[in-house]
Amino acid sequence: MWVYAAKRVLYAIPIAIGVSVICFSLVYLAPGDPIQSLIPPDATAEDIETIRRLYGFDKPLVLQYLDWLARALTGDLGISLQSNRPVIDEVTRALGNTLAIAIAAILAAFVLATILGTLAAFNLGRPIDKIATSISTIGVSVPNYWMGIVLVILFAVQWRLLPATGMGGEGSEHFSWLQWDQARYAILPMVTMAMIPLGVVTRSTRSAVADTLSQDYVQLLRAKGLGEMQVVCHALRNALPQMLAVMGLQLGYLIGGSILIETVFNWPGTGLVMSRAILTRDIPLLQGTILVLALSFVAINLIVDLLQTVIDPRIKRA
Amino acid sequence: MTPAKTTAPGAAAPRQPQAPLLDVSGLKVDFISRAGRTQAVRDLSFTLEAGEVLCILGESGSGKSVTLRALMRLLPEGRSEIAGRVDFLGENVLTLPRRALNDLRGAGISMIFQEPMTALDPVYTIGDQIAETVMRHTGASREAAMARALELIELVRIPSPERRLRAYPHELSGGLRQRAMIAVALSCYPKLLLADEPTTALDATVQVQVLILLRQLQQDLGMGTIFVTHDLGVAAQIADKIAVMYAGRIVEYGSAEEVLLAPAHPYTRGMLASTVSGQPRDRDLEAIPGSPPDLRALPRGCAFAPRCPRATDLCQREEPGLTPSGAFGHLLCHHAQPSPRNPAPADRAPGELVAGQ
Repeated sequence: MWVYAAKRVLYAIPIAIGVSVICFSLVYLAPGDPIQSLIPPDATAEDIETIRRLYGFDKPLVLQYLDWLARALTGDLGISLQSNRPVIDEVTRALGNTLAIAIAAILAAFVLATILGTLAAFNLGRPIDKIATSISTIGVSVPNYWMGIVLVILFAVQWRLLPATGMGGEGSEHFSWLQWDQARYAILPMVTMAMIPLGVVTRSTRSAVADTLSQDYVQLLRAKGLGEMQVVCHALRNALPQMLAVMGLQLGYLIGGSILIETVFNWPGTGLVMSRAILTRDIPLLQGTILVLALSFVAINLIVDLLQTVIDPRIKRA
Repeated sequence: MTPAKTTAPGAAAPRQPQAPLLDVSGLKVDFISRAGRTQAVRDLSFTLEAGEVLCILGESGSGKSVTLRALMRLLPEGRSEIAGRVDFLGENVLTLPRRALNDLRGAGISMIFQEPMTALDPVYTIGDQIAETVMRHTGASREAAMARALELIELVRIPSPERRLRAYPHELSGGLRQRAMIAVALSCYPKLLLADEPTTALDATVQVQVLILLRQLQQDLGMGTIFVTHDLGVAAQIADKIAVMYAGRIVEYGSAEEVLLAPAHPYTRGMLASTVSGQPRDRDLEAIPGSPPDLRALPRGCAFAPRCPRATDLCQREEPGLTPSGAFGHLLCHHAQPSPRNPAPADRAPGELVAGQ
């Protein structure tokens, strides 16, 4: 087990290096010169050259990358071109805000999806299965920014139950789910975020549990006299590795790809930071954000892989 | 009461003071799908006493495994219909409420499945899977149940039992997995053991070992056993009684000796004639021509008639009824030839004389 875990962590290193190369070079593949946004329109060629040297843009790309990597390893992701603050600070604060709603969303989605998917799998073709399948189809296919706007109209505008956008005055520095005056700002974005994972995980739970139920050993469980709840436990434990894999991917998407939701709710997370960085050509901020997000993705998948081996002993052989 | 009940065993066997271990009468299983109704098992009757071994013989699709599952109501509900009676120690299993049924499964009646590769849960250890059954039926603590699991693993002679207790199914060979499944089945000393081709999926040498083990455990523990197989050799080794199934019905039922040495039904005869052992080397094996009928569209008369060398117009027209035969058994044939050992000696009960005519 530990040998496998150590191996798996080692395998993650080349992936992380690859990720950093892609992050770094992506920015240069995009058209346009990052310097353009920094220089005043009336700058002389000399001024431009000075700024170029100041930010290290004059060196060969490989050197720029190695410099960037060496600094990144010490936690220095450079200075944001727009705010002049360290990128690492901006990214960690945004990541904290995003994780607060993303993890809550994925947990809520996972619990609900497990219940729905299991009920559906045990009642294939019956009304309850059709309801669960419909919910999952709606979750996957309704655009989430639209869903967010609808929720805002209903809960914030019509019924005045929850705030429409933002994090409230206190929340943006130290967000906590435990304080209602902060948590209430997070509810609508969290619900909106949970929709797609709910749909995807429900569907995969349904198919994984249904697949398990068609196996011979389920007949043996029944032949042993076990009750339905015990059969459910066996079925879920067998389906769990597959469900976790899907859930890990979904959490990765939520952390990185929530630009639309965070924009609708004006939630100062990674998505909002990234969209700002793109629009203002804030290269260091963009590189830093993408790197942190990509590494989080690698880390989540590593954790899922390790959890899977704990649950299913057959995976260890791989 | 079904007609089967009144004609078959009633006349021959002296009335038992106690209910037999298992008394199946008029058992009928239909599978229901959109395509229609499949009559998998029709009008099945037999009895089993404690400590007896009944072999159900038949080719694939004859309904033998379905019969076994029906006895424990393991068939998918909603897609199958079971009718008739299955009396286990005088109580009808088919009408038991859910809870009582679960209490019976794994405790009074246990089952061994054909495929040791897929019948054990891959993500639980062998010990857990045995202990789970023990805990479910005896209310024992986890420690006590694990200790019992270890005893059982020793009982089925799995080498290095302590290590195997913590092993997962994929870490064991097929033979050891089948032994582990036997340990699960025996965990609560069942009175009735149902074995669905327990040796078919194993290598030939392992088959013999598992068969010997099962036979010995069956005798030591005095379990009534129903052994489903298509292997005549297996049946000859362990059976007290044999029921031969064809197209969902028992076509010949009697003591192992009667059925194997003096088969009266043309299907049984054909099956015995097509075995490899005892045949001259240079001659082709005899085979029964044709293939089993489609259970969704059974012929009007005898289901075996299209393949039967003795079939007449009567067979095409009319399905035969049960005719008592032997000491307690019955036959399903218009033209059953009483074999040389069978015909009516003076001490035969009147019921069988009818069969011989």
